[in-house]
Amino acid sequence: MLLEDLFRRKQKGNLPGANECADRGIMVFDHTGDVIQAEDILRKGGWEVRVMGPPPEIRTGCDLVIEFPLIEELNILRVLENERIIPIGIVPVTGPLLQPVNLFHTKDFGDYIMVRAANMKLTVEKKTGIIVNISGGGCPDVPFLASRMVGRNLNEAPSPRSIGHTLCGYALQLAYEEVQRRCSE
Amino acid sequence: MFGIMGTIPKEDMPTVGGGAMMRDGRLTVDDQYVPVERGTAALIGAAAKTSEVIGIPAPVAYIAGDTGRGLGSRSLYKYMIDVFSEEYFNTFTFHYLQPIVHCHTRLQHVIRDMKRKPFTIADAGFMYVAKMSGYARMYDLFTPDIGELAFLADEAAPHPFYTRGFILHEENRIEDLITRAYKNSNAARFLLVKGRKDCLSDGEGILCEVDSPVEEAMEAIGGTGDTLTGILSALISSGMDVKDAARIAMKTNRLAGSYARPTPATQIRDIINHIPKALEDILSQ
Repeated sequence: MLLEDLFRRKQKGNLPGANECADRGIMVFDHTGDVIQAEDILRKGGWEVRVMGPPPEIRTGCDLVIEFPLIEELNILRVLENERIIPIGIVPVTGPLLQPVNLFHTKDFGDYIMVRAANMKLTVEKKTGIIVNISGGGCPDVPFLASRMVGRNLNEAPSPRSIGHTLCGYALQLAYEEVQRRCSE
Repeated sequence: MFGIMGTIPKEDMPTVGGGAMMRDGRLTVDDQYVPVERGTAALIGAAAKTSEVIGIPAPVAYIAGDTGRGLGSRSLYKYMIDVFSEEYFNTFTFHYLQPIVHCHTRLQHVIRDMKRKPFTIADAGFMYVAKMSGYARMYDLFTPDIGELAFLADEAAPHPFYTRGFILHEENRIEDLITRAYKNSNAARFLLVKGRKDCLSDGEGILCEVDSPVEEAMEAIGGTGDTLTGILSALISSGMDVKDAARIAMKTNRLAGSYARPTPATQIRDIINHIPKALEDILSQ
């Protein structure tokens, strides 16, 4: 009976290798005062955050960091920036040395140019600067961003940074900046 | 029964489940009108069209409104725990959802405890959370594009945004990326990789490939990967062997794209309209 219970409990538990904190990130600040203010703002905004000591890989900033939902990085960053509290670094909990993608793939279709950053692609008509398509991604703000940006000129469309929420939105922001750079050359 | 779960980019869309109907270019789920744009709506639309052609019941779709704040996703994860406790599905496709590890883990435990587990297909945000939480091998099929395959191959990346450069550089070496994803248990039983050449693989290697017709513009069109996953899901739910279903789905999606005479500015609804003819043509070959 005891063995059976043990087996059942083991079966109901997480898989070996399962990682319950894989969707968490760490924000690093210069000053402890910023950590306290940021924690207050984010808690009031309804986010699950906690203040903790930094992992050993992080050698900059003060001796406290904030753990937060990494996927919502773009939205959280915007909220903090509006309050003039700027983190000096943001990293995933599971990989404090990881950096955001910085490789861009560009494809020239003749009348159109497509730029890909990580999993996000943005395509613009060269002559008019109109965003004609957005593809890739998997977070729920991608179809939302596409509905707001496609059909509008690069200079008129809202930027992913201003209305996006997630890491996919952030990747799209990088593609958007790269397309802007290329179209202005 | 064949089910689909995903979010729609409208904050006021309630969390609902019901039969998906596609008539005259209009998609409805449980009598709620859903605009056919890229994402889960495109997947549902493609699956509904495919189901009609092959004569199986329409998919049952479970949707919620979410524009990236994650509220609709949380509601849907919770809603589906009850649904999976009560309903039987032979095939289930998980799609655009906010990757939230603890919500996914709870849902995965319910699925794992089902007496008759469905054939499970994960794409988009749900595939991300399945991989990042360490549960990839609990699924039957993932449908990544090349960038997402690199993410699956990178054992350290919690999201494609953090895929390391030296792995992204390997994108032309699809087989190496597939091998690496399986080696680190970050792949489902099957992987259908969408790209210039679509391919189906398992842990032993590539099972089949389709590379024609080629329409360069398809890569730029948002939703072409979603329609492929939708066609494939419906074919698998009909009882078709995975390899046959994958080959037919890859050919059909390409042909539907070709029939639309696409440019990089083509929108996905124009391609969905061509799925029935493309599928009929492929099935009659």
